[in-house]
Amino acid sequence: MHNEKAKEPFVRLVKRPSLPFWKSWLIRIASVLLSLALCAVLIYMITEVNPLRAYTAMFEGVFGTERRIWNSLRDTMILLCVGLALSPAFKMRFWNLGGEGQILMGGLITAAVMRYCGDSFPTWLLLLTMVITSLVAGGIFALVPAYFKARWNTNETLFTLMLNYVATQIVACFSILWEAIPGSANIGIINSATKAGWIPTDFLPGIFGNFNYSINVIIVLALTAFMYIYMKYSKHGYEIAVVGESENTAKYAGINVKNVILRTATLSGALCGLTGFLLVAGSSHSISTSTGDGRGFTAIIVAWLAKFNPAIMVLISFILVFLDKGTAEMASQFTLLNESFADVLTAIVLFFILGSEFFINYGLVFRWSKHKEVK
Amino acid sequence: MPTSNAIELRNISKFFGSVVANNKISLDVKKGEILSLLGENGSGKTTLMNMLSGIYFPDEGHIYVDGKEVTIRSPKDAFDLKIGMIHQHFKLIDIFTAAENIVLGLPGSLNLDIKQVAADVKVLVDKYGFKLDPDKKIYEMSVSEKQTVEIVKMLYRGANILILDEPTAVLTPSETEHLFDVLRNMKQDGKAIIIITHKLNEVLEISDRVSVLRKGEYIGTVNTCDTNELALTEMMVGKKVSLDIERPEPENMELRLEVKGLTCYNLEGVKALDDVSFSAYSGEILGIAGIAGSGQKELLESIAGLQKVSSGSVTYYDPKSGNEDELIGKTPLEIRELGVALSFVPEDRLGMGLVGSMGITDNIMLRSYRDGKSFLTNRKGPKKLSADIIRTLEVVAPDDETPVSKLSGGNVQKVLVGREIAAAPTVLMTAYAVRGLDINTSYTIYDLLNEQKKKGVAVVYVGEDLDVLIELCDRIMVLCGGKVSGIVDGRTATKEQIGLLMTSREKGE
Repeated sequence: MHNEKAKEPFVRLVKRPSLPFWKSWLIRIASVLLSLALCAVLIYMITEVNPLRAYTAMFEGVFGTERRIWNSLRDTMILLCVGLALSPAFKMRFWNLGGEGQILMGGLITAAVMRYCGDSFPTWLLLLTMVITSLVAGGIFALVPAYFKARWNTNETLFTLMLNYVATQIVACFSILWEAIPGSANIGIINSATKAGWIPTDFLPGIFGNFNYSINVIIVLALTAFMYIYMKYSKHGYEIAVVGESENTAKYAGINVKNVILRTATLSGALCGLTGFLLVAGSSHSISTSTGDGRGFTAIIVAWLAKFNPAIMVLISFILVFLDKGTAEMASQFTLLNESFADVLTAIVLFFILGSEFFINYGLVFRWSKHKEVK
Repeated sequence: MPTSNAIELRNISKFFGSVVANNKISLDVKKGEILSLLGENGSGKTTLMNMLSGIYFPDEGHIYVDGKEVTIRSPKDAFDLKIGMIHQHFKLIDIFTAAENIVLGLPGSLNLDIKQVAADVKVLVDKYGFKLDPDKKIYEMSVSEKQTVEIVKMLYRGANILILDEPTAVLTPSETEHLFDVLRNMKQDGKAIIIITHKLNEVLEISDRVSVLRKGEYIGTVNTCDTNELALTEMMVGKKVSLDIERPEPENMELRLEVKGLTCYNLEGVKALDDVSFSAYSGEILGIAGIAGSGQKELLESIAGLQKVSSGSVTYYDPKSGNEDELIGKTPLEIRELGVALSFVPEDRLGMGLVGSMGITDNIMLRSYRDGKSFLTNRKGPKKLSADIIRTLEVVAPDDETPVSKLSGGNVQKVLVGREIAAAPTVLMTAYAVRGLDINTSYTIYDLLNEQKKKGVAVVYVGEDLDVLIELCDRIMVLCGGKVSGIVDGRTATKEQIGLLMTSREKGE
């Protein structure tokens, strides 16, 4: 007992008081650089490709041409939009794992409106109908589990997750119903001749070039600003924070907890549905079971890593898209750095980013540094 | 050397920060006896027993089991010494059977012969006269059956020393009788049993000796046959201490709140309030005394609209309009808008009254965030109010955005009190307003309550320190097991009188 020195562990973890803003970001940036260094070593050891050339290829994949820049921006915005959609639900501790299905339902109804009303509606009415119906479709797919949660306290995790499969099957059913070539189960490009219901890609060509996704970007950035204000300054956002922290406090404050759950989950689903609209009307002009491409789940990382702060979500979404597109280009340029290797690199970078959060919250105290604590 | 003492505690102390939970306590428990550990809330009974069961580690003192000094560092150490504690809140897995819960956590071979376990359990059950089906699942069980599982679990592990923390609090009278029969059988078998309780009649009925603690100090041990309720109460509550709390004379007393026949059940389905009736007047402080869990929480929450009520009425007499409003059936928001404020939530200020992760200003807004028609919240008013509260109540906080969970208990309480009072209530209900606070902060709170009283607010003060209740309150209502056991005048009441009302149940129970 008296021999305290011998018992002192070599290194131990200490919870840090909150770090200043710049210091925590320094740790984050350092961790990304460190991960890139580790990846470089791995790339060289396994494939003997010059890591700098590999990284150059990544940059080319993301920023190489004007078209690529717009594609990267478009995908960043889509991922960001899902992240924005999930964050209010998550902040309320409503685990909406049904983003994927809500995206599909929003996309499906968008496709339906394009298909059936494309020729008869004027453009403004067509787009408006598509937006509203996609919001409603996604919202309903979140409202149902939210209602069961509010009314009977069912587990929303399982419920929202299972609805993904329902949505996938519904889309699969319509893919066959609407298939372009019999037997292909592929509906092809909708309104490819008239482009009715397509979000224009030639908005302000003088500024953005002849082909751009600027409207997608503007919509999502406006949504980002809205969500920032909604979560931080609105009465709804305040209620979400209180309900998420403690239902007892919420009830005590006279907040109608059930209503807040229903409202927030529906908002979350509706915005996922809007993402479906952006995907179908803004880029693919088609719908299939893979339209969501796992974004309903990837966006969970976006929302959590950013701690539900919409501004930081922009950055996280971009990093994820950068890794995705960059490593894909790398894989296409170097046969040895195939797609599996690309996945390994992505995983390493993500692991380091997640790990940095740990080092922001906890510090290491080494045995020999004990005397420093005294001050 | 063999000894007849199963456990000897010598000079055991435990400190939580600057709070002394146990101060140099020495205690013996003999084999084959039932010892009652008696004391008010916060007297350190459970802390002391937690040190025996390995949950806390004593800061000072020695523990001897069977005459040998031991070190109990963990519940496992306690098991190895054959000490078993049955906590107030059961630690069982709902979807497992009794037998499965009983073997849970025990070392054994890879193959679990649950039939053999069930058979072994059955032997134990029959030996001591329990009523238990080893194959029944926990979620199908009554509270009393669950408690039986906990006790059998300890016996199955070979416990010779059993500690029961308020075992009868959750039982009906006939279940209590049965438990006592079982305890007597175990005593016959040579087990040492410690039972923590507040209920004097049960102490007298079941135990061989009684040890009394008061405010962390050991007061003494008496043989049950040599004592009576009055003597025990005196040991428990002690002599009157003068605190010099101001008590202005009530002025302009008007009926503000009338509670009639209020009855409700808690989450476990146990009757928490039983036909409670009383009135609260403007300009007076009505104290509510009682052992913890006698229905105080349910009473305040029923009035605030947070508790489902099965029968009874609460009438609010509006001083402005003169209307009579029935509060039962109204939402918390509607009740609040009438001017009834519930503050200082029992035990869990941060779990109900405040949002721990939010700063002071955001917590101040909990009351008023709805104000105004705008979609956005108005933070200007709350920010000014929080600055006022920080200044007038001397709240120590880095700034008004620091999460309140990082503030000290006293500062948290000041924020909560400040907010509730700022809402200009006509009824102010407080529960354990000074729990965990230092002397100075406590006096600040008393002054604030008196200030409200002078303003004509009807103050309801649920407290646990009898000295404070007697000095602060105009009238004191005593709750016992969810019933009103008496309403006394604060100016003439004695601690013994209140202590007896708190512990002795009415006839016919």
